[in-house]
Amino acid sequence: MRLVIHALARRFAGRDGRPATTVLDGLELTTGDIAALVLVGPSGGGKSTLLRVLAGLDVPEAGSVAFDGATLPRDAAGLRAYRRTVGTVFQAFNLFPHLTALENLLLPLVHVHGLDRTAALERVRGPLDRFGLTAHAHKRPAELSGGQKQRIAILRALVVRPRRLFLDEPTSALDPEMTGEVLEMIAELRVAGTQFVLVTHEMAFARRVADEIAFVADGRILAHGATATFFDDQADPRVRRFLETSQHHA
Amino acid sequence: MARRYNPAMARWLAHLVVITLFVAGIAAACTRVHPDWNWSGIWDYRQKFVQGWVTTVGISLAALVFAMLVGLVVAVMLRSRMALVEAVGRVYVEAIRGTPLLVQLLIGFYVVASAVGLENRYVVGVLVLALFAGAYMAEIFRGGLDAIPAAQLDSARAIGLTPAQAFRLVVLPQAVRIVLPSIAGQLVSLIKDSSLLSVIAISEFTLAAQEVNAFTFSTLESYLPLAAGYLLLTLPLATLSRWLERRFRYEAA
Ligand SMILES: Nc1ncnc2c1ncn2[C@@H]1O[C@H](COP(=O)(O)OP(=O)(O)O)[C@@H](O)[C@H]1O
Ligand SMILES: [Mg+2]
Repeated sequence: MRLVIHALARRFAGRDGRPATTVLDGLELTTGDIAALVLVGPSGGGKSTLLRVLAGLDVPEAGSVAFDGATLPRDAAGLRAYRRTVGTVFQAFNLFPHLTALENLLLPLVHVHGLDRTAALERVRGPLDRFGLTAHAHKRPAELSGGQKQRIAILRALVVRPRRLFLDEPTSALDPEMTGEVLEMIAELRVAGTQFVLVTHEMAFARRVADEIAFVADGRILAHGATATFFDDQADPRVRRFLETSQHHA
Repeated sequence: MARRYNPAMARWLAHLVVITLFVAGIAAACTRVHPDWNWSGIWDYRQKFVQGWVTTVGISLAALVFAMLVGLVVAVMLRSRMALVEAVGRVYVEAIRGTPLLVQLLIGFYVVASAVGLENRYVVGVLVLALFAGAYMAEIFRGGLDAIPAAQLDSARAIGLTPAQAFRLVVLPQAVRIVLPSIAGQLVSLIKDSSLLSVIAISEFTLAAQEVNAFTFSTLESYLPLAAGYLLLTLPLATLSRWLERRFRYEAA
C-alpha cells in the first residue's frame, strides 16, 4: 500500500462547557509502497484519531487520505462501502458479547458479505484451526481470555479478506503473557503478506514487523522513516527521548 | 454420617414455613370475622371465575405485546438527537406516568374512544393498558439501550454493518437480555393493573369476582379466589424475573 495523507485536520466540537479541540492539525504523511506501517508516539498524541480516519470510521474536517491513489470517500454510504474492504481491531471490546466466538466470525460474512451459512462456516474453519482457536469457537467472549478475544477479533477482521487491517494498540489491555500470543499472530500475518497499519507501544515489535514507522504527537507526524534507520539519529529531541525511554522498557 | 448443609434446600424450607404461617394467619383472621363459609354457593359460579381469569390472561398478553412495541419505539424516540422527536416521547412518558391508570381508562373510554367512534370496549381496554405499560417499558428499554457501550457500535460500523443492521444484530439483542428481567416484572404489574378494566365493564377476573359477590353476598369467598388467581399468574413471573436476572448477569463481560 502507498499511503498519502495531505493537510489532514480533525477537530472535536466542545461539549458541556469544554472548549473545542483540534486533535489532528494539518497532518502530512507519504509512505513508500509498503506492507506494514507502525504508528508510535505519546498518549493523547492523536494516533487513535488518525487510525479512525484511515479506517473510515470518522470523517476529517479537512484534508485528504489516499491509499494506492484512491481517495477515501466522505459520504456515509461511500465510507461504509470502504469499511467493508478493510478490517479494524480496537484495543478491547471488539467482540459482540451475546454471540459465541464462531458467531462473531460468521456475522460479517453472512450479513455484510452475503455468504450463506455453509460457505461462511467453510471460510472460517481453516483460519480458526491455523491460529489454534477451534477449541474456543463455541465459547462466548466472557469465557475467553483477553488474548483469545483479541485473536478472534483479528480473525473476524481477516476472514472477510480485507485489503488491509487497522490495529489500534491490540495488546495494550492485555497481560504480558497474552501480549505475546497476539503479537505472534500479527507477526505471522506480516510474513503471509497481510497489509496493516498498527498503533503500538511495543517498540521491539515495531522494529520487527514495520516497513516504515511514523511518530505521532500533537496531532502531527514529528518523525517518519524506514524502520532500518528510524531508531538512529532522530533530530527532534522529543522523538529521541521517547525512543530512548521506550527502548529501555522493551 | 453427618448430612451436609444444603443452602438451596434451606431456602425452600424457609419459604415453605413462611407461606404456611402467612396462609394460616389469613385463615385465622377470616374465620374470626366470618365463622360460617359459603363455599358451595361460590362453587356454582366457578365457570365465571375461570372465564374471567382467562380473559385477564388474554388481555394482559395482548397489552404486553403492544406495550413492548410502544416501549421500544418510544425508547428510540427518547434517545433521538432530534429535539422534537425526543420531546414527543418525553411528554408521552411523563403524562402517562404522572396520571392514574383509572383516569386514563375513563378518559380513553368515555372521551377518546367515543370521539373516534371506537366501540369495542375490549379493544379500548387493551389499548389504554398497552399505552400505560408502554410508558414504563420505554424507560426500561431506554436504560437497556443506554447500557450498550459505544465500543459495540464502533465494532458494528467497523465490520460494515448499516445502522439498521447494527441496531438489529448488535444493540437490540444485548439490550433485550439486559431488560428481560425488568420486562417480566413489568408484566406482573400489567396483570394486576388489568383489574382496573372492570370499571369500563370488561368481564375480566376482578369483575367476575365482583359479580359473584353481588349474586351470593359472600364477600370473602368471592375475593379470596381472586387473590389466589392473580398469584397463580404473578408468582411464576416474579420467579422467572429473578432467574433471568441471575442467568444474564454473568454474560455481561
Ligand atoms: N471524541 C472525542 N472528543 C473530544 N476529544 C477527543 C475525542 N477523541 C479523542 N479526543 C482527544 O484527542 C486527543 C488525541 O487522542 P487519541 O487520538 O486517542 O490519542 P492516542 O491514541 O495517541 O493516545 C486527546 O487529547 C483526546 O482527549
Ligand atoms: Mg489511542
